[in-house]
Amino acid sequence: MPNKSYRNAIKEAIELEMRRDPSVIVVGEDVRGGHGGKNTDDNKLEGFGGVLGVTKGLWTEFGSERVIDTPITESAIIGMAAGAAATGLRPVADLMFMDFYGVCYDMLYNQAAKFRYMFGGKAKAPLVVRGMIGAGFSAAAQHSQSPYNVFASVPGLKVVVPSSAYDVKGLLIQAIRDDDPVVFCEHKLLYDIKGEVPDEAYTIPFGVANYTREGTDITIIALSLMVHRANEVADKLAKEGISVEVVDPRTISPLDEDGILESVASTGRVVIVDESAARCGFGHDVAALIAQKGFHYLKAPIELVTPPHSPVPFSPVLEKEWLPSVERIEQAVRKTLEA
Amino acid sequence: MQLTEEQLLAAYKRMRDIREFEDRLHDENNTGDIPGFIHLYSGEEAIAVGICENLTDKDFITSTHRGHGHCIAKGCDIHAMMLKIFGKDDGLCRGKGGSMHIADLDKGMLGANGIVGGGPPLAIGAALSAKTLKNGGIGLSFTGDGGSNQGLTFEAINMAVVLKLPVIFVFENNGFGEGTAHDYAVGSKDIAGRAAGFGLPAEKVDGTDFFAVYEVAQKAIERARCGEGPSVIETVTNRFYGHFEGDPGLIRSKEELDYVKEHKDPLKIFREKVKNKIDEAKLDAIDAQSKANVDDAVAKARAAKYPEVSQLLTDVYVSY
Repeated sequence: MPNKSYRNAIKEAIELEMRRDPSVIVVGEDVRGGHGGKNTDDNKLEGFGGVLGVTKGLWTEFGSERVIDTPITESAIIGMAAGAAATGLRPVADLMFMDFYGVCYDMLYNQAAKFRYMFGGKAKAPLVVRGMIGAGFSAAAQHSQSPYNVFASVPGLKVVVPSSAYDVKGLLIQAIRDDDPVVFCEHKLLYDIKGEVPDEAYTIPFGVANYTREGTDITIIALSLMVHRANEVADKLAKEGISVEVVDPRTISPLDEDGILESVASTGRVVIVDESAARCGFGHDVAALIAQKGFHYLKAPIELVTPPHSPVPFSPVLEKEWLPSVERIEQAVRKTLEA
Repeated sequence: MQLTEEQLLAAYKRMRDIREFEDRLHDENNTGDIPGFIHLYSGEEAIAVGICENLTDKDFITSTHRGHGHCIAKGCDIHAMMLKIFGKDDGLCRGKGGSMHIADLDKGMLGANGIVGGGPPLAIGAALSAKTLKNGGIGLSFTGDGGSNQGLTFEAINMAVVLKLPVIFVFENNGFGEGTAHDYAVGSKDIAGRAAGFGLPAEKVDGTDFFAVYEVAQKAIERARCGEGPSVIETVTNRFYGHFEGDPGLIRSKEELDYVKEHKDPLKIFREKVKNKIDEAKLDAIDAQSKANVDDAVAKARAAKYPEVSQLLTDVYVSY
């Protein structure tokens, strides 16, 4: 199977769906980039192809009618995408940094997420909002957050947080074909990771967790970048004879409750690693689920590894401390095993 | 502008349907049997009808919290709307939406909207669909003078100009955003003038005159359909009731309101303008029909069942 980057897998997913279905469009800031620039217009260049080059090539193939550069106005981008989704298109809207949801949240939270319910099942909004999450780039407090926990609290939205190149392609194709609005969270430190990715289109169903490591002593539940850190801990501890299972829910709304509880039932010990928030985060939600439905399986208290309750700092030294590290995850695992 | 008698009667019927519907809701609300908030459109009928008589089902409109008039003008079923407003199982919105969220996508009604300024971004989306799918449709948002100040609205107008979308932004300036006057809250005092700064045609029109609204709308809609891009229409009007039912109505004196009802009533103005063309008895017959239809809708809504509790969790998602 060909080896591809997470970035290429995303582009392939969009490209394949755009070829298959003429109602799929891409809309956002600089998804081509270069409109109105003399050099780019004269030479038919893509100025950006998405701010980190993820959608580069799409404009060249599909043109300005389907790869639509917009002004930097997130409410109009997401609102237009929501209105278009309700009236016959399947927009893939690029919010660039997920942090910018604060500018346009009404269009997701009060509009797209609620159309179907408010209108008695007579409407649908097949919309994908793509955006980058994650710290580790020294992008500071407004370009580094992982607010997927906020989206997951909204009924009507589906939330996808993929960790691998294979998953990102299959989940994005599923998201584009899905008839509900989907928030698709791409970790900016993962764009260059590689993995085996088939050339053809395939889907991964939402609400099905992936066990990236199988083990019997302890379960780590993690998303996105944190799956890689959890895997590293699992591989290290395996050498000491400690068998760690790593569960990647992949989508947090819907959430594979059974998949999580099954693992907890088999190990009885749980560490949850979550980059979203120190309070009211995804980790707390899963901890509550386990406490409520899997308490009798537990041999030790649930351990949470999250950032502190502070904005994401700028300086690499501070940011490294802020982001859950391999060391902190390992410590949490050892503490849980000893409890 | 030449409208046939048939077209004139159809327009009058829509306006009378709205007036009957809203005046009746005012009375029904006083019985305490209508859950939640309602915001009535009486006094503004010439706008919704003057605009929507130029539209077809493939054109999508977005509306406001004061949305009943737009729904009726766009062809939503009055009986279904009444059921919905009473919170009954209408087989359409199943008790989930209520007054502020009436929608009927088959009729091109993309929803009333509880968020002030929520409509314009959605309307440009409908316009983008029409443009991309090349189905000849347009998008159109109704927004109040209050919503004209929202950033959402500014962003949507700019986007429409940039992408040359087939969309019309209609502002209904009824003088008040909730309980604060337009003269206080709209910094420029002039919604059309401010909108023109975005680089699109913007006209101001008497919103109590069906014919004036119809004519301006026809021109803007034609322009949009021909691929010439978006327009703004500011309509100047009055609301006969308060912001919401239950509003103590302190912002206008009785004399002020009486004057408006006497001299700025779109239905009276319409009748006056067609008096040499249309037999008055035909208009009276429409009045009686509208009243009977609304009576029937209220009776059926009152008798209808509330939704089954089992419907609470349906239609949150298409699939989950």
